[in-house]
Amino acid sequence: MSKLIPDITKDKIAGGVYQNKLHDSGHKHVNGQAVYVDDIPEPHGMLHIYMGMSTVAHAKIKSMDLSEMRASEGVACVLTVEDIPGINDYSPVKGDDPIFAEGKVEFIGQPIFAVAADTIDLARAAAKKAVIEYEELPAILTIADAMEKGSYVSDPHVMARGDADGRIATAKHVIKNSVELGGQEQFYLEGMIAMSIPGEDDEVKVYSSTQHPSEVQHNVAKALAVPDHAVTIETRRLGGGFGGKESQPALMASVSALVAKATGRAAKLRLDRDDDMVMTGKRHDFHFEYEVGFNDDGLIEGVSMLHACRAGYSSDLTDAIADRAMFHCDNVYWLPNIKVESYRCKTNTVSNTAFRGFGGPQGVFLIERIIDEIAAKLDKDPLEVRQKNFYGVDDNNVTPYHMTVEDNVIHEIFEELEESSDYQKRRAEIREFNKHSKVLKKGIAMTPVKFGISFTTTFLNQAGALVHIYTDGSVKLNHGGIEMGQGLFTKVAQVVAEEFQIDIERVKITATDTSKVPNTSATAASSGSDMNGMAAQAAARTIKQRLTDFAATQFQASVEDVEWLPNRVRVGSEEIAFTDLVKQAYLNRISLSSTGYYATPKIHYDRENCKGRPFFYFSYGAAVTEVLVDTLTGENKITRVDILHDVGKSLNPTIDLGQVEGAYVQGAGWLTTEELWWDQTGRLRTHAPSTYKIPACSDRAEDMRISLWEKGKNAEETIYRSKAVGEPPLVLGISAFHAISDAIASVTDYEVYPALDAPATAERVLMAVDRTKKAAKS
Amino acid sequence: MGIHVSTKINGDDVEFVCDAEETLLDVLRDRLNLTGAKEGCATGDCGACSVTIDGRLTCSCLTLGAEVEGREIGTVEGVAKGNELHPIQQKILDNAALQCGVCTPGIVVAAKALLEKKPDPSEEEIRYWMAGNLCRCTGYDKIIRAIQDAAAEMRG
Repeated sequence: MSKLIPDITKDKIAGGVYQNKLHDSGHKHVNGQAVYVDDIPEPHGMLHIYMGMSTVAHAKIKSMDLSEMRASEGVACVLTVEDIPGINDYSPVKGDDPIFAEGKVEFIGQPIFAVAADTIDLARAAAKKAVIEYEELPAILTIADAMEKGSYVSDPHVMARGDADGRIATAKHVIKNSVELGGQEQFYLEGMIAMSIPGEDDEVKVYSSTQHPSEVQHNVAKALAVPDHAVTIETRRLGGGFGGKESQPALMASVSALVAKATGRAAKLRLDRDDDMVMTGKRHDFHFEYEVGFNDDGLIEGVSMLHACRAGYSSDLTDAIADRAMFHCDNVYWLPNIKVESYRCKTNTVSNTAFRGFGGPQGVFLIERIIDEIAAKLDKDPLEVRQKNFYGVDDNNVTPYHMTVEDNVIHEIFEELEESSDYQKRRAEIREFNKHSKVLKKGIAMTPVKFGISFTTTFLNQAGALVHIYTDGSVKLNHGGIEMGQGLFTKVAQVVAEEFQIDIERVKITATDTSKVPNTSATAASSGSDMNGMAAQAAARTIKQRLTDFAATQFQASVEDVEWLPNRVRVGSEEIAFTDLVKQAYLNRISLSSTGYYATPKIHYDRENCKGRPFFYFSYGAAVTEVLVDTLTGENKITRVDILHDVGKSLNPTIDLGQVEGAYVQGAGWLTTEELWWDQTGRLRTHAPSTYKIPACSDRAEDMRISLWEKGKNAEETIYRSKAVGEPPLVLGISAFHAISDAIASVTDYEVYPALDAPATAERVLMAVDRTKKAAKS
Repeated sequence: MGIHVSTKINGDDVEFVCDAEETLLDVLRDRLNLTGAKEGCATGDCGACSVTIDGRLTCSCLTLGAEVEGREIGTVEGVAKGNELHPIQQKILDNAALQCGVCTPGIVVAAKALLEKKPDPSEEEIRYWMAGNLCRCTGYDKIIRAIQDAAAEMRG
């Protein structure tokens, strides 16, 4: 009962902003009571769907005989492209992602048909009875192959400033090289899933594990040929998203809705792990080429970069991702003369998609590689070369896309971390250790990040929220953001609690639902709390203003005399409990419900001329990683990590620290153990955790020291001056990659640059050791 | 033809009928409405479906329902005693050692099994014992701290 009678005497509410409020569903998670889509009690007669997938990378479909499958035990429904009443497409942008293959297949794993049966086992058994004849066509499987054949999903894009080629030609030192960077599977622990319940007339309700309910809604409606208003998408929580559930859940939702409407029965489509990894997209892998001219101090005078990424068979979000890679080609460095060419390669592989960082980490990877190689060539500490090239605070601070960096704090962060991590002393000790250790070698590296915050597609930077106060003073909150473990619901509830000055327990957070808040953007680009927090604040402030006006009238005081205190309002010398004020307002016919809306200010971008301000602000951070490498086996481990990261004034330090830690480990995994491997026929061979290695508990560094930057405060007017945190710290995993490279370099006493490709698997490390040894001998 | 199985789950006598090829995970989730255990990979590599059988930590996705006749099964739903959380659950909350939560039930079951076997595990023993429970969100640091804290509290 205590929760129903708020304390109206205390000085501070429980769970306001800047407090370490724990995850809203934590209690349910530790008891196994939190409900994900697959945990919702299944409606009577629900069908289970299995997807028939292409077994070849590129072919015409000569014939399909599904008759035996249709007659198989328990089968209620079979769908192919012929059975789609609307449009056969679930793509986010370009209309090039067929729900079911039409006449041709373009990658192994492409859906061709769906079979729905009483159980998933019956559906699977039936699917095996499909007979499909292919006429195979030549397949393009690699970036190199696509580049040679000019196979792209969209036109190449160039960003240039100054005279890169001219300055490279006149520079004292020049490096020309290339590097490969692997992709990454999101490996959300809850796989793709959607469950649809048919409604009356043209209606359908879909429970979807998606970061983007509005887009799922549009795609389901489009496939069913019904208006958007007939389709409701509900999402309470995701078991991880990491970008993988931004565009492609529309496929699962569309198929389950098609089955539900075709049969009149509820229908669930849940991909198992292997099918999920084969059928859905990953982080884009890149091939990079670069030429850089620099002086004796390592100062970059001109740099030319080539980005070539693998889009897969369709565009998906590739253009925005490849653009973001270009936007991050500078990281924290002033590059007055630069040219970046970007190629978006079309291949006969799964369509790559969003993954935490959205191309940004790939862009940063290249410039960090270039700097590291410059330092090696000049025999300098890479840290020194990095600092030498930093953007200035007041000058030398314009990005290659002509946005002035107004909030540069990397100098301070770097200096603080260099000292707190004891970088210089440890680096000297490591070099000494390596002199005397023949097999085991240590390495250390410190890398920075500057990450642009906002969707670079400007119109996406809008959000909505809905707030109700009931007559007992309890509050219901809804917004367009998705809770996927990042603590968004908790943070937004903190904002609402703060606005009303009520304990957070009085605020109920509800499932994201397209019928409550419409036309939302994906919870992506790290923007969740920035945008939904502001929208919820706007909704709360509308009601708060009404209550303030009402209180002033009621107590015959001026609005200025109304003061909001914890769980109560003071009007002159009178105090009234929040619950009583609400009740009185209701009796006096004051509306206690409001929507709220936010559009990120200041941003604009002219893509054709590569000019504008695509980002509202930047997030910064830095990491020092130390590793131990066994040069006989290539095995390696991270032994110590120091991170200092800027999240502005943290809305919730506990949640933000968790984001920083998790992002770093995910970034380090991307560049070390996580290897996606396709065979020569285009078949993904690493499609389960048995072969695809995400970091495990045993990989956790023994010594992890993660801090939020205490001086942090957003220069822009964001929600309580906080900063976005989801993606930027993933980029800090790059320090692990360079630490491994540093350890390998010690084998030749730092004479030969290891020129490591990513991921730095044990095999790659071993090959680099052999290669550098041979190079040193010759 | 269904197979009749008598077992004990979280201390209660339970009977169910399952198919011969049905996994214990599917029995728990689909027949007994115990949805705390999750299917993360269905191949015994991720630990999201962790349960104990006669006290031994097991992947329920690799066990057949028919195999648990006469055994005692422990699932995440039985870890708390009523409203009172087990120390490992409380310390996971205190350390904010969870994010999306799908691995959390498995982590709770695995950590509890560890502490029952070894009340004072070293940091390294924790890391290797928990290596079969994948978490994609946290980075494990807080999970390890939570287990250390729970171990300390349980030792008194």
